[in-house]
Amino acid sequence: MKISLGQKILSRNEECAQKNREFFKKHKILCLNVISSPGAGKTSLLVRTIQDLKDQLKIGVIEGDLETDNDARKILAAGAAAFQIETKGACHLSAEQVQNALKMIEAEKMDLVFIENVGNLVCPSAFDLGESKRVVILSIPEGDDKPAKYPGTFAGASVVLINKIDLLAHIEFNLQRVLADIRTVNPTAQILQLSAAVGEGMQNWYNWLKEQIEK
Amino acid sequence: MHETMVAENILRAIVEQAEKIGTRPLSAVISCGQFNTLNDEIMQFAFDAAAAGTVCEGMTLKIKHIPLRATCRQCKLMFEFDLYNPHCPGCRREEFDFEPDAPLLLEEIEFEEPK
Ligand SMILES: Nc1nc2c(ncn2[C@@H]2O[C@H](COP(=O)(O)OP(=O)(O)OP(=O)(O)O)[C@@H](O)[C@H]2O)c(=O)[nH]1
Ligand SMILES: [Mg+2]
Ligand SMILES: [Zn+2]
Repeated sequence: MKISLGQKILSRNEECAQKNREFFKKHKILCLNVISSPGAGKTSLLVRTIQDLKDQLKIGVIEGDLETDNDARKILAAGAAAFQIETKGACHLSAEQVQNALKMIEAEKMDLVFIENVGNLVCPSAFDLGESKRVVILSIPEGDDKPAKYPGTFAGASVVLINKIDLLAHIEFNLQRVLADIRTVNPTAQILQLSAAVGEGMQNWYNWLKEQIEK
Repeated sequence: MHETMVAENILRAIVEQAEKIGTRPLSAVISCGQFNTLNDEIMQFAFDAAAAGTVCEGMTLKIKHIPLRATCRQCKLMFEFDLYNPHCPGCRREEFDFEPDAPLLLEEIEFEEPK
């Protein structure tokens, strides 16, 4: 005997994501879900952003990691509220985990909430966390084939940050190819080149942030 | 391995239906779009692990991959987009507009016939 359903499989996650979205709207918060491979520079980007903008914006960060709270400690030291979610092996964050973490950082008081997702270029993109926008980071040492290999992740980004641009002189990396491959799956994303370590290009990123907050 | 969480969600939905129907579920069909990147083998593996010891143990999953429709900006051809060969089959250009990608759905479940 067969029954037909057509039922959404991730409906529980979606319901939680919807609640998060309403929360952000109500409290006028810009929430950014930051996705990249391990080590692309998510934490470095957030630390520098906090240092440069903390006098203008109230910033909170939710950190997702397999283990350890190292990243959350770096964020606290930079001067923002932080809460670490240890996923204990899960390769992505869920909307429910974010919902709980929002309470822990008293997110209602914030202008800007970053979610640093677990370092992984595949899985996090399948899970809506209720964020306002998605930030995908690709760093130069990872190679220029990543947008072609992980199109689904790049397709969902509102902004793609090409990080570690200071290494461009030392590593073979076809920037034109990367830009074209991102455009192929995502005609509308902003693409910014920067170096979170050196500080080059950060102003464009801050301009983008402020535009989103003013919207 | 986001298949693990997907598997747990599928399991919950099937168990819910099985309680209503009252017989053992045998197989299920799920469908997904191109951007969910579900791998068939990992999906079955994750489901088997989640289903062990439940009424769903031994079920088979069939995954329907729904194509992503794109329209070429150059020649306006509408075609099924291949993520790993991103060219317009008409003019070979690489600029498109996409239809929304299909969501993850539990399409149907097959149960043992009631006695
Ligand atoms: N040269 C260079 N190194 C960078 C840059 N940004 C980050 N790094 C270095 O890259 C390494 C990883 O940076 P993180 O910020 O920890 O990366 P992450 O994405 O948070 O890593 P996970 O949380 O483990 O996934 C560190 O050693 C950083 O110092 C950059 O712009 N240029
Ligand atoms: Mg980090
Ligand atoms: Zn064409």
